[in-house]
Amino acid sequence: MNNRVISLAHGSGGRLTQELIEEIIYPAFGNNGGNPLLDSALLTIDYKKIAFTTDSFVVSPLFFEGGDIGKLAACGTINDLAVCGATPLYISVGLIIEEGFSVELLKKILRSLASAAGDAGVLVVTGDTKVVERGNADGIYINTAGIGVLPQDVRVGPEMIEPGDLIFISGAVGDHGMSVLTKREGLSYQIPVASDCAPLNSLIKSLLETSGIKCMKDPTRGGLATALVELAEQSKTLMEISEERIPIRQTVSLGCDLLGLDPLYLANEGNLLIIAKADKESEIAAVLDNHPLGKEAKLIGRVVSYRDKGMVLLETPLGVKRILTMLEGEQLPRIC
Amino acid sequence: MNSTDSKIMVGRLIDNISNYFQDKTVNIMEVCGTHTHVIGKSGLRQLLPENIRLVSGPGCPVCVTHDWEIDAYLGLAKTKDIIITTFGDLMRVPGSNGSLIQARQEGAEVEVVYSPLEALSIAQANPLKEVVFLGVGFETTSPGVAISIIKAKQNKIDNFSVFPMHKVVVPALEALLIDPEIKIDGFILPGHVSTIIGCEPYEFISVVHGKSGVITGFEPIDILQGISMILEQINRGVSEIEIQYLSGVVPKGNSSAREAVNRVFKPESAWWRGLGYLPESGLGVREAYSSYDAKAKFGVNIIKKELSHNNSICACGDIIKGKKTPDQCMLFRSACTPSSPVGPCMVSSEGTCAAYYYYEAYREDVYE
Repeated sequence: MNNRVISLAHGSGGRLTQELIEEIIYPAFGNNGGNPLLDSALLTIDYKKIAFTTDSFVVSPLFFEGGDIGKLAACGTINDLAVCGATPLYISVGLIIEEGFSVELLKKILRSLASAAGDAGVLVVTGDTKVVERGNADGIYINTAGIGVLPQDVRVGPEMIEPGDLIFISGAVGDHGMSVLTKREGLSYQIPVASDCAPLNSLIKSLLETSGIKCMKDPTRGGLATALVELAEQSKTLMEISEERIPIRQTVSLGCDLLGLDPLYLANEGNLLIIAKADKESEIAAVLDNHPLGKEAKLIGRVVSYRDKGMVLLETPLGVKRILTMLEGEQLPRIC
Repeated sequence: MNSTDSKIMVGRLIDNISNYFQDKTVNIMEVCGTHTHVIGKSGLRQLLPENIRLVSGPGCPVCVTHDWEIDAYLGLAKTKDIIITTFGDLMRVPGSNGSLIQARQEGAEVEVVYSPLEALSIAQANPLKEVVFLGVGFETTSPGVAISIIKAKQNKIDNFSVFPMHKVVVPALEALLIDPEIKIDGFILPGHVSTIIGCEPYEFISVVHGKSGVITGFEPIDILQGISMILEQINRGVSEIEIQYLSGVVPKGNSSAREAVNRVFKPESAWWRGLGYLPESGLGVREAYSSYDAKAKFGVNIIKKELSHNNSICACGDIIKGKKTPDQCMLFRSACTPSSPVGPCMVSSEGTCAAYYYYEAYREDVYE
C-alpha cells in the first residue's frame, strides 16, 4: 500500500479496500484458517460448521427511499452469512450514538432493524450501546455481528467455480447506490428509485434446494463489476458477461448518465450474484421466478475457462469484448 | 430500436466506414470527453478498421484546468471561514501539493455540489462564512454559473463568489489546427456544447482550415454515423460543418443561455494544460459583478512555478492535444491510476486516461 493515511477510497469496497485488508489488516492477525475476503468466516466447533461475520453501517443519510440504516444493518449481516450457504440464526447490535440524537429517530431505526431481522427469522440476542460527544459521529453508527449454521451437505464458495458454470444476477443493478446518492446529495431533480435492501436468506434457501449452486455473493460496495472480478480472481477463472443482459432500471441508467457514474459499480443491498451448474439452468430460473426477490433475475454470463490471473470480459451492446475492472478509488460525479 | 436492429445498423455503418480509403490513415478527433467515455465503454474503437484513428481531444473540463489554477484554489481552500463548493470531478485532481480531498482531510471545508445554485443555497445557509464555487467547464456549464451570480446579486447574497476558470471550446480547436505537429482530418464536435453555441462558431474549421466537422450525439451509433459523415465529406473533397445530433442541436444554439453568460462574463485570455496561454479562451467576470469574482475578492494571484517531477513526466498535456495516447505515458497504470492519479486525465470519468484505464484494456497483454 502506497498511502500514508487512510482515504475514503479505502472504504469504497474496490481495489484499495482489498489492498488495505490484504496488506495491513489480515497480516496483523495471521492466518487463523479463514479467508479474509469471504463474506463470513467458516468455523468448526464441536463438529458443527458455523458461519460468523460482522459488518458496520455508517450510511448517510440514515433514511432513504426503500430503507434506513436499521434495515441495512440487519440485512447486511444476514446476507453475509447466507451467501456462504449458512442459515442465519442470531445477530448482535452495537450502537454508537452521537450526543443529541433524537430518541424518536432511534426508536424508528431499531423498529426497522427488528422488523427486517424478524422477517428473516433471525433473533437479536445481544448488543452494546455507546454515546460519543457531539461531532464525533454522524448521528448513529451500527455494528452487527451474526452467527449461522452450515448444513452438512452445503458446499459453496469461489473454490467450487468451474468452466461451464452459469452466472445469474437476482435483480436490477445499482438501485441502492442510486437511491442513497439521490438522497445524500439532495439532487435538485428527483430520480425515483428505491433501495433494493432486503434479507436474501429465504431466496438463498430455495436456491440451495436445487443443489445446483456453486457460489454466491451480494454485490454491495463496489457493485456488480467489483464482485465479479473478485470471484474471477479467487476462482482463477475467465468469466464472460453480456452487458445487454444485465438488468438496470431506466431511472438508474439515466441518473448514472447525468452524474457520470457507471451502474455496474453502484452498491446493491438485496441483490444476489449466483454461480450455478450449467445443467441446473431451468431449475434455478424457476426458483428465481417464483421468489419475490428474483422476479427480475437474469442469466448474465458464464464461466469460460480456468485462468491463473482471473479475469472478467464484458461483451458490450456493440458485440465487442472489453476487460471489466474493479472499482478503483471512489466514483465521483462529473461536471457536464 | 431493439438490439438486433441496432446491431444491423452498426454492422452497416462499419461496412460503410471500412469502404473508405483503405490505403490511407484518417485521424478523427473526438473533442468532447463524453464522447471519449462512450467510445471506450462501448468498445467502439475495436470495431473500426485500423486506418481510421480516433484521437481524443481537449474536451474534459477538469483535464484542461492548469496546475497553476489548481494550486491557486487549493490555497484558497486552506483559508479560514471559506467553504469551497465544487463539482465532484475536481476533488481528486492533484495540484503541486495535494488535492481538495487531502485539503478536506486536513480540515478545509469542501462540499461537492451538482449545480452552482446548490452552492448559492449553502451560502445562504452559512451567512458568517464565505462560499466560493469553483467555476470549471465549457459552454455547457458557464450559463448555470452566470445565472447563480445574477441570482446572488438580485438576492444580495454577498458571501457567495465564483473562482472563474471557465474555458471556451473554439480557441482550443484553433490552437490544435495551427499546430503543425497535430494532424487531424476531421472533428467529431461536442453535442452538449453545441446546444448552446450552435454551428456558426465552428465555420472556421471548414472555411479557413479545410477540415470537416460533425456535431455528434452520444450513442455509439451516433458516433459511428458522425465518423461516416466525416469520411463521406473527405471522400467528396468537401469540408463542412454538419449536424448529426439533430435531436439536440439547432444551428443557432441557445441564445438566452449565451445572453446570461455575456451579461456576467467577458472573454479573457486563459491558461490551458497542454495548450498554454490562449487569447480569449477563458471567461473573466465583468466589472458589474466583480464582487462575485473570488480571485478579485480574495486577491488570489496565479503563481507560475516549476512543476514537480511526476507532474513534469505526466503526459496529460500531450494527451489533451491528441499527440499521445495514454499508453504512451510512462506513468500510465504504474504511478498513475484512478485511485492515485498524477494528472487530471486520470481523474475525471471524462478524462482520456481514465477511459483508457477502465475501458480500453481489451488486449490481454495489458493484464499479463
